[in-house]
Amino acid sequence: MAATDIHRTIETVFRIEQARLIAGLARMLRDVGRAEELAQDALVIALSEWPRTGVPEKPGAWLMATAKRRAIDDIRHDRMRARKHAEIGPDLAPEPDTGIADMEAAMDDDIGDELLSLIFTACHPVLSPEARAALTLRLIGGLTTDEIARAFPSSEATVAQRIVRAKKTLAKAGLAYEVPRGPERQERLASVLEVIYLIFNEGYAATAGEELIRPSLCAEALRLGRIVARLMPDEPEVFGLLALMEIQASRLAARQGPDGVPIPLTEQNRARWDRLLIRRGLAALERAEALGGADGPYALQAALAACHARARRADETDWRRIAGLYDTLLAVRPSPVVALNRAVAYSMALGPEAGLALLGEVERAEALRSYAPLPAAKGDFLFRTGRLAEARAQFERAAALTRNGPERAFLLGRAAACGP
Amino acid sequence: MRVMVLVKATKDSEAGLMPSAELLEAMGKYNEELANAGIMLAGEGLKPSSNGKRIAFDGASRTVIDGPFAETRELVAGYWLWEVRDMAEAVEWVKRCPNPMPGPSEIEIRPIYEMADFAEALTPDISALHDRVREKIGGS
Repeated sequence: MAATDIHRTIETVFRIEQARLIAGLARMLRDVGRAEELAQDALVIALSEWPRTGVPEKPGAWLMATAKRRAIDDIRHDRMRARKHAEIGPDLAPEPDTGIADMEAAMDDDIGDELLSLIFTACHPVLSPEARAALTLRLIGGLTTDEIARAFPSSEATVAQRIVRAKKTLAKAGLAYEVPRGPERQERLASVLEVIYLIFNEGYAATAGEELIRPSLCAEALRLGRIVARLMPDEPEVFGLLALMEIQASRLAARQGPDGVPIPLTEQNRARWDRLLIRRGLAALERAEALGGADGPYALQAALAACHARARRADETDWRRIAGLYDTLLAVRPSPVVALNRAVAYSMALGPEAGLALLGEVERAEALRSYAPLPAAKGDFLFRTGRLAEARAQFERAAALTRNGPERAFLLGRAAACGP
Repeated sequence: MRVMVLVKATKDSEAGLMPSAELLEAMGKYNEELANAGIMLAGEGLKPSSNGKRIAFDGASRTVIDGPFAETRELVAGYWLWEVRDMAEAVEWVKRCPNPMPGPSEIEIRPIYEMADFAEALTPDISALHDRVREKIGGS
């Protein structure tokens, strides 16, 4: 094997193993940053030894043993140093091995639990959503800083700094390194799901930059969602989010025209919707509902997406069912954006006047002041009622508000279609 | 990217030989690992080619040929669909698979065409034709 081939292989194997490796080490050391450093150290040793010895049959175990040895060496070294500096006293008599034995015992705990602990820690609400996303992609996804930077997009330096600061924040916060139980579990889980969906949305409908979609980022989010669903098979909202992502991802090939202009859902070529993903999404939704989570916010959004997925043609869409689901979603998760989407659904079920009627309260929402989809929707309702001059003004306003190039082009196109 | 991972047939699979309990257990664990890693999309085992048929195309003629088929090593005994980052990742995962057969065997990996790959070859008319076909196959 050429030198670069074996290095590529070693890096690929490491990438497959790294989340569990870091998870095991973090559990042992209660320190995510140190765990990642040790994992990297193990990689360096692998890169120098495996070209000679071959890739071990159980590479994960080899890496873990190597990193463990370094960790224990470090602890012994720190302890020796502490002993040299400490005053001699009976209550400071060193007990050399119990601490290490405890840590080794901790490492034999359930692997799934360790990985879940790492995920919960990387997604801790003490960090900003962007920091959580970067840290999760780094530690669980194994993406390089450069790959994360290209995904969002951001500069590599910004991402690197964000990750360093995130690790410091976690270390300083002195968090319990475990899977949350009891009353805070749902809140912490919500934070994890929020991160995964944030990553997905960056890939699905990029907020900035010149690309509308970045499919590889959706794939990362889906991977994370599938991993968490395996680790938490009894949590309905996990399946709700997974269902939502699978169904939305099914449309990726249809969302964009050849010139990069976004195509609205109702005009997409449904032959390009990925039916494998739709099947998977519907199955996940079924599981969420079977677990009693039909009214969870993600499950409701997934049910909405499923309504579209089931319609073979746009004019077969069950808009009344969609409007009803939005009524529930608005009650469960009130937000101006949901209220806006509900207005759109009503306009489709009952006509544009119904949509306009519901927009009144939505327009008063402070949060939507700079939200392009609001004037875009209003423009659409006005267009359909024949109020073209007013529609044009709304589309132009929406175009001015969006930060996404292809979306701006699309909105200006709609404005032009209103006539002079 | 997506890959199709093909388990190639052997004399044993063609003879309908059932896997041993150990192999079934090992395969079960392997499939779990694939699912736990979030890369598994689909997978099935195929019945021996004695259950299958071929249709031979030559100009306008269509000839139906019943299995079994001779070239055992070229036949497919099972498949997976995986979502992976690159071929290197697919290769490493295949290496971890327990040998699916009692004797020597092969597993083949083929990347799946994405829409973008076709973009330049398709004229709007041909593209629309493919779309109409997919729409008919799709159903809800």
